[in-house]
Amino acid sequence: MGRRSSSSPSDAAFHATLVLAGLGVATVLAGVAWEVLDLAGPAMQKGGLSFLTGTTWDPVAGEFGALPALYGTLLTSAIALLVAVPLGIGSAVFLSEIASSRVAAVAGVLVDLLAAIPSVIYGLWGLFVLAPLLRQHVQPAVQSVLGDVPLFAGPPLGVGYGTAGLLLAIMVIPVVTSVSREVLKAVPDTQREAACALGATPFEVIRGTVFPYARSGLVGAVVLGLGRALGETMAVTMVIGNRYEISASLFAPGYTLAAVIANEFAEAFSPEYLSALGGLAVVLLGSTLVLNAAARLLVRGVRHGGG
Amino acid sequence: MSLASVMAPVPVPTPSPGRVAPPVPRADPSPALREEPRVAKMVVEDLSAWYGRRKVLHGVSLPFVKDAVTAIIGPSGCGKSTLIRCLNRMHEIQPGAAQSGRVLLDGRDIHGGHLDPIELRRRVGMVFQKPNPFPTMSVRDNVLAGWRLTGTRPKDPDAVVEDALRRAALWVEVKDRLKAPGGSLSGGQAQRLCIARALAVAPEVLLMDEPCSALDPIATARIEELIHELAPTVTIVIVTHNMQQAARVSAYTAFLYMGELVEFAETAGLFTRPADPRTEDYITGRFG
Ligand SMILES: Nc1ncnc2c1ncn2[C@@H]1O[C@H](COP(=O)(O)OP(=O)(O)OP(=O)(O)O)[C@@H](O)[C@H]1O
Ligand SMILES: [Mg+2]
Repeated sequence: MGRRSSSSPSDAAFHATLVLAGLGVATVLAGVAWEVLDLAGPAMQKGGLSFLTGTTWDPVAGEFGALPALYGTLLTSAIALLVAVPLGIGSAVFLSEIASSRVAAVAGVLVDLLAAIPSVIYGLWGLFVLAPLLRQHVQPAVQSVLGDVPLFAGPPLGVGYGTAGLLLAIMVIPVVTSVSREVLKAVPDTQREAACALGATPFEVIRGTVFPYARSGLVGAVVLGLGRALGETMAVTMVIGNRYEISASLFAPGYTLAAVIANEFAEAFSPEYLSALGGLAVVLLGSTLVLNAAARLLVRGVRHGGG
Repeated sequence: MSLASVMAPVPVPTPSPGRVAPPVPRADPSPALREEPRVAKMVVEDLSAWYGRRKVLHGVSLPFVKDAVTAIIGPSGCGKSTLIRCLNRMHEIQPGAAQSGRVLLDGRDIHGGHLDPIELRRRVGMVFQKPNPFPTMSVRDNVLAGWRLTGTRPKDPDAVVEDALRRAALWVEVKDRLKAPGGSLSGGQAQRLCIARALAVAPEVLLMDEPCSALDPIATARIEELIHELAPTVTIVIVTHNMQQAARVSAYTAFLYMGELVEFAETAGLFTRPADPRTEDYITGRFG
């Protein structure tokens, strides 16, 4: 009897199945990328780098620049992560390390429910609750306290980068919480015990042992949240104001890559126009990949730094 | 401490209630021994412990003599780990765990208001049954973990690291890779790293739960040497499945069976003249 039975028929079949599955995933990814690139080809060739840096979007004149939409996507995603990461990881820590198991079970189900709400519902809520709140209360208050700073300038519209960012944050929090919670649960209790037996307080146990152990998983949670923020279309379209501009003010209306594509695809009247939308898709895909890779490099860097 | 002095007959300090066998020479201690009374560093009084509704310790009472080694022996599942986890309040942090009775450190109840569990655990160190180094910390940081986690640092960290690693018989193997992650060590090395980590904060009491079960004979011998070295200044409680080891390293031995303390006596006496037939059966290998 050979000990290494990888040559047995059932093993070979299993192996082949796995290889096929792996190839399948790769093929789908490559296919999607190819289609999008193919669509975007003419626009990117014509515009070159100025497609990325251009700020006008004039389908009638045939002028296409992606920067305002890229700016909107990055800004709203940044706001979303800035708010959602501390809150999401914080509530995950509460649920996995502090709350009693009954509270954690109930809250956990609620969080998962929040993550499952369709984004159009969030959009409606953003439009009817969040936007009026910002318009009537938050923006006047901020402006009266801080005066005339560019970051918060402009007329109170209710819709804009800030509203979209906050709405995205609310949508991203359950994702970050839910994934972080699983990640924290996977930290072995023996690790907590080891730190506890050395005289660490509960807070020190979490900071010094649980977080380092869970670090790469927590970054994964953030990356997933970022993915949701970057790609979210429906809810953002409803509250960002859909104006193709770059504004410094968080209360100003803007646009995002995904929102432009969704809104204009049906009415793209020329192949050129369609190709420009494809270009936006490439930019969106590219920024997702770049940010993903950056986050991963960051973890690796921290790990090799001997933290 | 020499083997002879460990084995020398000494009276057991506190008269322990319950089923504890009376120590052999207690009837008439010699004057020399009376001059140097052995005090109990820790005392367990009528200690019972539960996991959920399951009672796993039944009214255990015994002393742990200051600056001496006490071995706890008994078949698997009899409650040895549970008992020593009660000594640094690690038992009660588990969900569903409960306990009754008293545990004294230097004569005072460890659940009394004068001592919080954090402070207690700094004075009563622990080496766990399964090695649990911090995998993302470097070897060096693992040794210093008792400080680093609590946001303090020793005067001379390098000296502390080297001393602790030397005493744990690990220095030679890791001195060139102090920056390597703690997760990169073998199981036996990881356990010695955990021992070094516990030693680095200079505890008054050291609880060792089967510290040698993952070690080869050489490392085991080194750890036993370490125990001898520490014994004059540190109170050691060691759980072991190895009778020879208990006989070699300890001055006192407690035999636990199904959550009850069957016998507690000086090691020499317990192994040569066990008072209880169950002890005799266990140490002669008839069960367990
Ligand atoms: N976390 C826990 N939850 C429930 N029951 C437990 C838990 N830990 C231990 N027990 C039970 O309590 C009893 C005593 O366990 P303990 O770990 O103290 O035994 P032990 O003497 O250390 O055994 P071993 O020599 O195998 O380590 C066992 O029956 C065990 O099944
Ligand atoms: Mg045990």
